[in-house]
Amino acid sequence: MKIAIASGKGGTGKTTLSTNLASFIAESRECVLSDLDVEEPNSGLFIKAELIHEEDKFKMIPEWEKSKCELCGNCQAVCNFNAVLKMGKMIMVFPELCHGCYACSELCPTDSLPMKQKKMGELKFYKKGNLNFIESKLIIGEEQAVPLIKQTIDYVDEKFGEDVIKIFDSPPGTSCPVIEATKDADFVILVTEPTPFGLHDLKLAVETVKQMEKPFGVVINRHGIGNDGVEMYCREDNIDIIARIPNDRLIAEIYSRGELLYSTIPSVKEAVKSISNYVDKFNSQKKRETK
Amino acid sequence: MKEIVVISGKGGTGKTSITASLAYIGGEDLIIADCDVDAADMHLLMDPDFGKAEDFFSGELSLIDQDACIKCGKCQDVCRYDAIPIIDSQYIVDPLGCEGCGYCARVCPTDAITNSQPNVGKCFVSNIRTGSTMVHARLSIGADNSGKLVAKVKKDAKAIAEEQKKIAVLVDGSPGVGCPVVSSLSGASFVILVTEPTVSGLHDLRRVYELVKKFGIKAGCIINKADLNKEVSDDIKIFLKEEDIVLLSEIPYNVKFTEAMTNGKTIVEYDKELGNIISESWEKIKAIEGL
Repeated sequence: MKIAIASGKGGTGKTTLSTNLASFIAESRECVLSDLDVEEPNSGLFIKAELIHEEDKFKMIPEWEKSKCELCGNCQAVCNFNAVLKMGKMIMVFPELCHGCYACSELCPTDSLPMKQKKMGELKFYKKGNLNFIESKLIIGEEQAVPLIKQTIDYVDEKFGEDVIKIFDSPPGTSCPVIEATKDADFVILVTEPTPFGLHDLKLAVETVKQMEKPFGVVINRHGIGNDGVEMYCREDNIDIIARIPNDRLIAEIYSRGELLYSTIPSVKEAVKSISNYVDKFNSQKKRETK
Repeated sequence: MKEIVVISGKGGTGKTSITASLAYIGGEDLIIADCDVDAADMHLLMDPDFGKAEDFFSGELSLIDQDACIKCGKCQDVCRYDAIPIIDSQYIVDPLGCEGCGYCARVCPTDAITNSQPNVGKCFVSNIRTGSTMVHARLSIGADNSGKLVAKVKKDAKAIAEEQKKIAVLVDGSPGVGCPVVSSLSGASFVILVTEPTVSGLHDLRRVYELVKKFGIKAGCIINKADLNKEVSDDIKIFLKEEDIVLLSEIPYNVKFTEAMTNGKTIVEYDKELGNIISESWEKIKAIEGL
C-alpha cells in the first residue's frame, strides 16, 4: 500500500503530516516513510532514527572519447536538449542539460560517447523499531529532481513488499517532480490550508490527481484561519475531507523545534488516527475488489 | 534596471504575501513577474485583468501513428523513461512520462513517430491594481518545462520594464533548488530570502543560499514569524552574519498576516504595524541597490 502526501502549495504541512502519520502507524506495525522532496527534504529533521545504510545516487551522462571520434556531429543532431555540442574539433557535453536519454551515445557510429555515472545525490536509510525512513537529497546545482525521485522509489520497492504501508512525502507543485512522486501511489492525500492561496493551489492539485486517475482525499491543516472556501469546494465536488488539524501557535512552536506532535497534541493524534483508519478502510476495500 | 528576486527554499514562509506587499509599496516603479509558475498565487492579491494571454509551447512530445506502426517495439526498447507502454495491444506514448528526447522517432523503422511541440502553459501580461504591469503564467498539469516558462515570464517582464523605463523587476520565485529556481535566479541583481525560524526553514535556507552563492548574487533576508522560536531565530542570524547576508527585517508571528491574504489584501494595506516592517525592508533594499 503506497500513500503519497502531496499539496499544490508549499508549506501547508506535508512533512508534518507524513512524519506524524508514519510514526503513529509504526507504533503498531511496520511502516516506511520516504522523503521524495529531494530538493528540500525536511522529514529527516523530525525522525530520530539510526542510520543503517547510505549510498550515492547517479545519473548517466555521455562522456566524449576523442580517440575514435570522426566528428560527424550526429550526437549534436540527435540531442533535443542542446546538451551535446560540436565545437570545432571538440564535442562538448553539458551535464546539467542532459536528460540521460542515451540517444547520442547509442546512435554514435564510433561509440565515442559512452554513458558514465555522474553523482546527483545521496540516499540514506534510517531505522527505528517498526519505522523505516528513507530520504534522498539532490546535490545543489543539479536541476533535475525526477531521476533521483524515481531511483528512491525503486529503492523502497526493492526493499519492502507490497503489504508494508509506505508513505511518500512528495514535493510541492503540480509539475514533473510531483507526477513522478505520486504516479505509483494507491492513494493520494492532499494537504491544504483554508486560505485563498491554499484553495487555489488545492484545485490545481486536484486537477493533477484526477488526470492521473488516483483516488484521493483532503486534509485541512491550520483549520480555523482563513475562510470556508476549501470546505465549500470539497463539499461541492464530493471530495472527502479526511481530517482537520487546528491552527494553533503551540503546534507551530513544537514544529519549529523539529519535534513530532501527535504524542503531545491530542488534536493531531486524533487526526493521524482518523487518517490511518481511513487508509486501512480504503486498503481492505481495494483488496476485496481485486479478489 | 535591477532585478530583485524573492525566494524561500521552503514553501509557506510567506514569500508571496511579502512579494505582493513590496509590489504594492513599489507601485508604478516596478514591473512584477510571478515566476512561481507551478502554484502561482500572486494574482489573487493583484487583481490582474489578464489583458494579454499567450499560449506557451516548449519541448517535444512524441506521438505514434497506429496505422504506420508495425509493432516492432524498438521505441519501447530505447525509451529510458518507460513512457511507451502497450495499451490494448498498441504502443502508446504516455504524455506525462515522455521527456521529448525524440529517440524513439529516430529508431522507428517505419517513421511512424512524429514529434510536436506541446502547449505547456499560458503566459499573461496584466494591468494590476498597483497601477503597474504583471507578467504571470499558468503551467499545464504535469508539464515538464517550468524552467523555460519561468525564463519566458522573466524575459517578458524585463522587456516591459526596459521599454517603460521602470527602476526594477520584482520577481516572485519558485520553491526548491531545482530548474525553476535556477531559472528564477539567473540574471538577478538582488535576492530576498524569506525564511521562518523553524528547523525546516533554516535547513532549506542553507540549501537555497548555497545555490544563490553559485550565482554570486547579493542577498538580504526577511525572517517571518520571527518570535516563534528564539533559538532558531538566533541560529538564522548567526548564519546570515557568517554569509554576509543583510538582515532586512523580522516580522512577528501574527494572524493578521494570513487575514490580509484571506481578504485579498497585501499586508501593507491591511495592518499598519506589519506593513511598516515591510516598508523598512524595502527602504533598505533601495539603499543597497541604489534605486
